Amino acid sequence: MPGIVENRYRILRRLVQAGALSLFFAGNAWGWKVLQGSLSSSLLFGIVPLADPFALLQVFATGTMVAAKALLGGGIVLLFFAAIAGRAFCGWICPVNIVTDLADTVSTAVGEGNRSLRLSRNARYWVLGLSLVLSAWLGIAAFEWISPIGALHRGVVFGMGMGWTSVAAVFLFDVFVVRNGFCGHLCPLGAFYSLAGGWSWMRVVHSKEQCTSCMRCIESCPEPQVLPMVGKRDGPVTSGECTNCGRCIEVCPDDAMRFGLRTQGTKEKDPKEVTS
Amino acid sequence: MKSRRQFLIDAGRGIGIAAAGGLVWAGFLSGKKAYPTVLRPPGAVEEDRFLAACTKCGLCVTACPYQALVLAAPGDGRPVGTPYFVMRERPCRMCRDIPCTANCPTGALDAGLVSDGEAGKAVLNVNKTRIGLAVIDRETCIAYWGIQCDACYRVCPVIDKAITVDPVRNDRTGKHAILGPVVHSEHCTGCGICERACVTKKASIFVLPRRIAMGESSDRYIRGWEAGDEKRIHDAPEDTTTVTPRSEKSPADYLNREDL
Amino acid sequence: MSLSRREFIKTTAAVAAATAVGMSVPEDILAIAAKAEVGWRWDKSVCRFCGTGCGIMVATKDDRIVAVKGDPAAPVNMGLNCIKGYFNAKIIYGADRLTEPLMRMNDKGEFDKKGKFKPVTWKKAFDEMAKQFKKHYAALGPKGVAVFGSGQYTIMEGYAAAKLMKAGFRSNNLDPNARLCMASAVAAFMETFGIDEPAGNYDDMHHTDTVVLWGANMAEMHPVLWSKITNRKLADTKRVKVVNLTTFTNRCSNLADSEIIIKPNTDLAIQNYILREIVNRPGAIDWEFVNQNCVFATGYVDIGYGLRPKIDHPKYKKEELDTASKEAFKVITKDEAIAMGALGIKEGDKMEMKNAAKAGVHWAISFEDFKKGLEPYTLDFVAQLSKGNADEPLDEFKKKLQALADLYAEKDRKVVSFWTMGFNQHVRGTWVNEQIYAIHLLLGKQAQPGNGAFSLTGQPSACGTAREVGTFAHRLPADMVVMNPKHRQITEKIWKVPEGTINPVMGSHFMKIMRDLEDGTIKWVWVQVNNPWQNATNANHWIAAAREMDNFIVVSDAYPSISAKVADLILPAAMIFEKWGAYGNAERRTQHWRQQVTPIGKSMSDTWQTTEFAKRFTLAEVWKEWKIDDKTTLPDVTAKAREMGYTEKDTLFDVLFANKEAKTFAWPDPVGKGSLNSEAAGDKRNVEGFKGYGFFLQKYLWEEYRKFGLGHGHDLADFDTYHKVRGLRWPVVDGKETLWRFNAEYDPYAKAANHGKFAFYGDAGKEIPKGNLMGPVGEEKVKLPNQAKIFLRHYIDPPEIPSAEYPLWLCTGRVLEHWHTGTMTMRVPELYRAVPEAQCFMSQKDAEENKFKDGELVWIESRRGKVKARVETRGRNLPPKGLIFVPFFDEHVLINKVTLDATCPISKEPDYKKCAVKVYKA
Repeated sequence: MPGIVENRYRILRRLVQAGALSLFFAGNAWGWKVLQGSLSSSLLFGIVPLADPFALLQVFATGTMVAAKALLGGGIVLLFFAAIAGRAFCGWICPVNIVTDLADTVSTAVGEGNRSLRLSRNARYWVLGLSLVLSAWLGIAAFEWISPIGALHRGVVFGMGMGWTSVAAVFLFDVFVVRNGFCGHLCPLGAFYSLAGGWSWMRVVHSKEQCTSCMRCIESCPEPQVLPMVGKRDGPVTSGECTNCGRCIEVCPDDAMRFGLRTQGTKEKDPKEVTS
Repeated sequence: MKSRRQFLIDAGRGIGIAAAGGLVWAGFLSGKKAYPTVLRPPGAVEEDRFLAACTKCGLCVTACPYQALVLAAPGDGRPVGTPYFVMRERPCRMCRDIPCTANCPTGALDAGLVSDGEAGKAVLNVNKTRIGLAVIDRETCIAYWGIQCDACYRVCPVIDKAITVDPVRNDRTGKHAILGPVVHSEHCTGCGICERACVTKKASIFVLPRRIAMGESSDRYIRGWEAGDEKRIHDAPEDTTTVTPRSEKSPADYLNREDL
Repeated sequence: MSLSRREFIKTTAAVAAATAVGMSVPEDILAIAAKAEVGWRWDKSVCRFCGTGCGIMVATKDDRIVAVKGDPAAPVNMGLNCIKGYFNAKIIYGADRLTEPLMRMNDKGEFDKKGKFKPVTWKKAFDEMAKQFKKHYAALGPKGVAVFGSGQYTIMEGYAAAKLMKAGFRSNNLDPNARLCMASAVAAFMETFGIDEPAGNYDDMHHTDTVVLWGANMAEMHPVLWSKITNRKLADTKRVKVVNLTTFTNRCSNLADSEIIIKPNTDLAIQNYILREIVNRPGAIDWEFVNQNCVFATGYVDIGYGLRPKIDHPKYKKEELDTASKEAFKVITKDEAIAMGALGIKEGDKMEMKNAAKAGVHWAISFEDFKKGLEPYTLDFVAQLSKGNADEPLDEFKKKLQALADLYAEKDRKVVSFWTMGFNQHVRGTWVNEQIYAIHLLLGKQAQPGNGAFSLTGQPSACGTAREVGTFAHRLPADMVVMNPKHRQITEKIWKVPEGTINPVMGSHFMKIMRDLEDGTIKWVWVQVNNPWQNATNANHWIAAAREMDNFIVVSDAYPSISAKVADLILPAAMIFEKWGAYGNAERRTQHWRQQVTPIGKSMSDTWQTTEFAKRFTLAEVWKEWKIDDKTTLPDVTAKAREMGYTEKDTLFDVLFANKEAKTFAWPDPVGKGSLNSEAAGDKRNVEGFKGYGFFLQKYLWEEYRKFGLGHGHDLADFDTYHKVRGLRWPVVDGKETLWRFNAEYDPYAKAANHGKFAFYGDAGKEIPKGNLMGPVGEEKVKLPNQAKIFLRHYIDPPEIPSAEYPLWLCTGRVLEHWHTGTMTMRVPELYRAVPEAQCFMSQKDAEENKFKDGELVWIESRRGKVKARVETRGRNLPPKGLIFVPFFDEHVLINKVTLDATCPISKEPDYKKCAVKVYKA
């Protein structure tokens, strides 16, 4: 079944995303103790606290100290992504990813021609900075208050209300305005994990030998700027902006991409590539 | 390589766009931030600090065994993602273990506020809950018409303390009394069970946040008839100076102005 | 504190138990309260504001007042306060407290009348003050200097000021703001009873069945007393009746069974209607009481209006002349002709005000004459004359008047009549006071629990200081007067000054001091605890006189006021809790307090300022011969002074304040243990090196002052006693206070008089000529020991009534939130916010006709001046069409620029309640 092979990571990611959502939902609706709360703070197995480190960072910016539970939870999450999984949150947990992936599929069908707006991928870092500045100014976690991620996730777990509008807005933005517009250009949480996950162990590793330079990996990658080495040399993806979604791996007909550690496959380093 | 000039232009444009976006964002936020009558779970810290500390995780809502707490969805009119009560529908049931507060990871709900004793040896005491204060509209409250009601009084979990009935003679009949409910802020937890129970079409007793429902008396006057009222003003500022538009000018400025 | 806490609690509990039925302050509560606050010191004091005299407790910490509470043990208020009393802790900490003397100076640092205020030392201030005093004193004599005193003086301050002025400077030009407030009540007390101050006490409010308010908005002006009356009404709503006579709807009306809106000045006609009813109803008069205790009397009607005798005075503006002329004559109107029908006066007659100088003269008449004089005051006449609300049907108004007469006349119905400024500030103020006594005396409803006419006071010590100490131009302590040689003798003896020292010529009363300033016959004025340039009527004249003429004005105050602004020298004064003091309230209750904190900045008490100023004068300078007028020359008394052991170089301070007797009052004293005493011992500030006098000045002043009253019906207790109790109502005989004076059951003096159940034993004016309605006849004098007078007084129009050009009545007064000229309350943020400005209360009809919107600025203009205020047609005061009400607390709405300086010709108290104005858009 070639379809399954070509989409093996996508299917796996959907399972993980849906599984997490379901567990959160069950935690609220039926009291399952596996995963309770929501993405900003939660409780794993009723004991292990988890918290969104970026949300906490905004809370700190307001001048508020949070309780130990949240601190510990934020630490665990930050450690996990920074040391191990990189920006995997975006590709594997975040429910908006489902929406934006769908948007990407649709937009490919619609075609590139209609888009007029050009947006720098660095915009997200400005948004990140703004989140913190506004948090400090207004005394509330600024991004959390408008985040479509929170809206969608809480919507599924606790009830949607009018929360679908911001999710729809993201979808339409991605389809008609900027491809990968939200996740790849604006989302400060993605930006946060890009910065935090730059040194993680787990990496997509490229093998030049097997590469035929068909460029399908780059075409399908939501953050194609992280793949400057394709067809040029061996080595891991070094940029934190890679979401470890595995799309490049599953579309590569030549097995030139695989998951590995950041220490693998590097032959020479060119620091300029990272900051392309 | 971008030229230095181009770099400065780009940076300037970035800052400009960020400022424009930030201002729109800030305006949106400050408009959404305030929902003055929102009723927070037990142990909630003061509203401004609550809004800063709450990460909208919903763990308190999850913990509520009666599904009384609601997590605000967009369109509810409350700050999105934060927990609140709608008393007329589902009041706080005053669980003795206060699971909502206990579950809060960030301290937006502070168990210390609903506990007795020193930190470390604190024991939860749900009666210290101060969600809000029940307020009575005496014009529509039928007990004040002389109808023997007092539904609110009888359901009150802190009965005879938080709500008492105040008997006064019914001068209209000359032979009956009016048993009017009276709320005492010293004991009212703001649980809203009275609001839920109230039999008038729209509740005549209802919970409002304390900062809205309550005034604050002068910190320079003691009720001589109230034991320990001094404690109320112990934290009054050291500086006793007062300023009004009449006294803001220095004596010399005032006196030397020829405007008789 | 001299009391141990135990003792204090015992006293507290005993008083509370005795007086507060149904209200308990258990000992343990007080004990817990005392324990609760570490570093706090509680001591008893008195509210700074009105004449009610509520007791308060004051907490100090680190030499600051941090809190107050109503004193649960105080019988007047039992722990309660009104909204002003609630803020006692805040009144002394306004941001612009005066902290150092300020003098108008030129660039060279010399005094300059046109200069700007700059800080000076106390020494320099007193130097210039004395220099100016000596200059004007030498040129004009004792008549050329004056002190504006106060009903807010502590008793000791007033006593020190009186002693310095009357014995030291031999000037009677000392007159308090109480002249503006209580003088009519005083004059009527003296003329009716021969002794000042009410017979009853606040317990009357609990005992009575009927409360009649005659121009007293107690709901706002005496709120704590009003709650007593409200409680009485609630306790028996059917039996207890409350009647509110007023010129506009006020907050008393909502409790009242009957609200009677009257036209200004017509209260006198209504009183005469009631008297006529009583006289004509068989059995209404209590003849047993009247025959035993009363004499009928009357006086002249052509007595003018207390305006300047010179009706074309050059300082009058052209617009003022018409009103001013009324002082000389008036054309009799139809109403006046009817009212004075018994005197043969006809409409259109020109009445010459021949007896203006003899306004106080009165003589005995027969009951038949009395009855004849009242005959014109029929219900029909009085109702059409006095109905104040044009929209009210005449029949309904008549019914109300009849019902009021019925309430008074009903046998076994107890009645208390209350009044304040509605009566006193009245061109016939003394008369309306007298007529209310006439009603009560005729009915035998006076001086008994729940029965009596009760004059309320507005200031905390109008009674205690202004009246009892006698800081008036004609008075000496204990109701004595300077014109009486015997009284002068008694006073000189107690003051240990040579016989002949005290000036026998009455001084200038409050408004006359202002007029004398304008005439240049007074050139040195010292203002103490008073704000005359805001509170005196027709203020434009006096402001100009102060700023533009050659004179020297010193103002002692805690805050910069309008008066400070017109002054040449400003002295920073210590406030109530910053000094030892005592006040006397409206029910004769004297209450003392200790100094709680060090005064702010370099401010010093008024007593200290008086005694320090006294240091600058030797006997040789003041006790020499002075020509007062063509008839009177004050003798040189320095020879006698030498015989008494004084030397010519002794200062007035040595003789009057730091004499041998004074120094027997040692400081420290057990009564002041733990308390400050800035006068006796100096304080931590060490103001210009002042280390204290070394003796207990305030106690000395008290004990010397007390000698005046002992055995004369004004007995006060000793200093220490007042620090153990919550005030005592004088006369205090054998350690016991007196509840109802003149009633032998309660008053030892009345009992000793052996005159039956009652004895009106006051001895002033107890020998009067005999006469008829037209005047005295023959030389025969009637003696009336132990008797009171029932006066016949006639209605006359006020000097200014609304006309086409000035179509509205203007009535001024107060609001609950602010006190008098707002010097203190406008500096309490909460009170300021509650009522930030004085509004022009107006009927909606007047506003609609003139197209005024609420909140719109309008000019209020009279023949004398104009001010701007905002229109208010809703709220607390609802005037009838044709009348506006403007409070006087707001210096930005200086309404006294508009008011008329007509006074009651007897009491010299100005009429703030009526003049004619026009109102137009600003």
